[in-house]
Amino acid sequence: MSPADRASAKIVIRDLYKIFGPNPAAVLPLVRDGVGKTDLLEAHGHVLGLDAINMDVRAGDVHVVMGLSGSGKSTLIRHLNRLIDPTAGSIRVEDIEVTRLNGRDLRNFRRHRASMVFQRFALHPHRTVLGNVAYGLRVRGLSRAGAEEKARAWIERVGLTGFEDRYPAALSGGMQQRVGLARALATDSDIMLMDEAFSALDPLIRTDMQDMLLRLQADLKKTIVFITHDLDEALRLGDRIAILRDGRVIQEGTTPEIVMHPADAYIADFVKDINRARVLRVKAVMSAATDGARGPALSAQTTLEEALTGFHDDPSARRPVERAGEGIVGSVGLPEILRAIERPGTTGGTNGPGAGASAF
Amino acid sequence: MAEPNWLIDFPALDESTLRAFNRAVDDAYLSFTRTYGATIEDAFDPLLRFMVWFEHLMLGAPWWLVILAVAALAWGASRGWKLPALVVASFLAIGVMGMWEDTMRTMAMISVCTLIAVVVGIPTGILMSRSDRMKAGVVPVLDIMQTMPSFVYLIPVVMLLGLGKVPGLLAVVIYAIPPVIRLTDLGIRLVDKEVLEATDAFGASPWQRLWGVQVPLAMPNIMAGINQTIMMALAMVVVASMIGVKGLGQPVLRAVTNQYFAMGLLNGLAVVLLAILFDRVTQSYGRRMQRYRDESR
Repeated sequence: MSPADRASAKIVIRDLYKIFGPNPAAVLPLVRDGVGKTDLLEAHGHVLGLDAINMDVRAGDVHVVMGLSGSGKSTLIRHLNRLIDPTAGSIRVEDIEVTRLNGRDLRNFRRHRASMVFQRFALHPHRTVLGNVAYGLRVRGLSRAGAEEKARAWIERVGLTGFEDRYPAALSGGMQQRVGLARALATDSDIMLMDEAFSALDPLIRTDMQDMLLRLQADLKKTIVFITHDLDEALRLGDRIAILRDGRVIQEGTTPEIVMHPADAYIADFVKDINRARVLRVKAVMSAATDGARGPALSAQTTLEEALTGFHDDPSARRPVERAGEGIVGSVGLPEILRAIERPGTTGGTNGPGAGASAF
Repeated sequence: MAEPNWLIDFPALDESTLRAFNRAVDDAYLSFTRTYGATIEDAFDPLLRFMVWFEHLMLGAPWWLVILAVAALAWGASRGWKLPALVVASFLAIGVMGMWEDTMRTMAMISVCTLIAVVVGIPTGILMSRSDRMKAGVVPVLDIMQTMPSFVYLIPVVMLLGLGKVPGLLAVVIYAIPPVIRLTDLGIRLVDKEVLEATDAFGASPWQRLWGVQVPLAMPNIMAGINQTIMMALAMVVVASMIGVKGLGQPVLRAVTNQYFAMGLLNGLAVVLLAILFDRVTQSYGRRMQRYRDESR
């Protein structure tokens, strides 16, 4: 990431360490010297939670942190609002050093700047849907009437109108998480932390919720840190993705960067089975040159799967690519698309336009 | 005289030493009560006034008004007609058998004792739930309070405050308070950690977290504690009649010393009826507060 990007970063994490155990400070130097997770546990009795995390989250992005269980992703997100205190390191949100906030300032930070959605909803069972959604505002000191008015608007937005007076126990999982989402949105915080928010839902509901989040985000442009163990979800939602393993970030980048240039064998293995045609978009494979491009323009946001249909009539043509507000920004042809879609290690990459055309 | 064989007879301290020890403890306590007894009695004076006022209220009100008031309370707790009907039937039976006045005295005593136990016990339980060190200190005290034969702590209370309402009240509260403390602590410790984490994540202060989340969610356990406390207070009120607490305990005591079986049984049954009423009312109130748990309209 260039220095200019760093300046626009909303959340900047530097050298963040978390060690669990009786005396984390004593073993921190060992970890800094490169003692790994297994050695630390076996020889020193401490668990390495986070190991030298550096991460920049840009304002308005959905920044996905992906990893399997035990990778430290839930620990990491809990550092952003200090539900867990770090052993060492720095977390800055704009000009606030989160790691140094005292009790009162931390509460204010949580009330106004960073709201959270939880994997298992964590709603208040003794409050109605309305009471739950209004909770963040009530904690802030808003009057009941004022808080409930705002809460009603968010309940409508997540599609729960008519359920205001129900208790969470009477709702399905998907509906409960809508309440969780509305509760987080109602505080109008600029940062939203989502800890495996959709992982406990069944697949159809999960897709629905992802759609809803994308729709809301197009409008709200919050800075969202989204934790997941599901690669499809990560690729679907993330503007940028960080992959965590054993408490360490092993790759961070945009979706195409991760899919097309996996940093190591572990990630390559991860991404090898995904449907590239559906995940990659035209903007990732297009070239800036526009000469020779003809026919109707494709949007830069089109997935490669959809873009293929644009070549039905004329497989050898190059299509212009346009971006909303910027006009024509480049062009794309069938060969690049096919190269990008092709699963690594299956063929020699010799598919020409002709071979591709016969397949469609 | 032959040397006593310490292998066969336990080598206890000799009698005069023991007597001296007991006397020393008694004298020390006696001089303590002589010095501070009056001050301590004065300190309990407001409590005594409150007790007396409440008892007058119960005894002074017409019987039908008392029945109506308790029935209304039962309806408020259960929102049904079964419980108020039980209240009316029980009180009519008690009245017909000539035990109205004693029953009112006992009810006044139980109500005030429960009130004090709740006012002292819930905050103690809350403090205990917040600190493991505090818990380690309080639990043995509660264990002693619950297992020490209740007659034993009647003695110092009487030495300190004489016979009457206040020492009786004190004895009953000491005996009955452990469940409400224990179950408040337990209830708060059992509140779902994820719910608390979410509460913290939205920036709740410790006070907002305690009264807005922990105590409401601990309520089923706290209500069970209050219920147990009431039951223990009812049991102790009979024992406390030995130190001059008026009410259903005194006729029971008289019946025991004079072998009046019928009299003992009737007054005993009146205590049972009171226990059933208190139990049902507090339980149905507790259940109604928890209706969110099984809502499935």
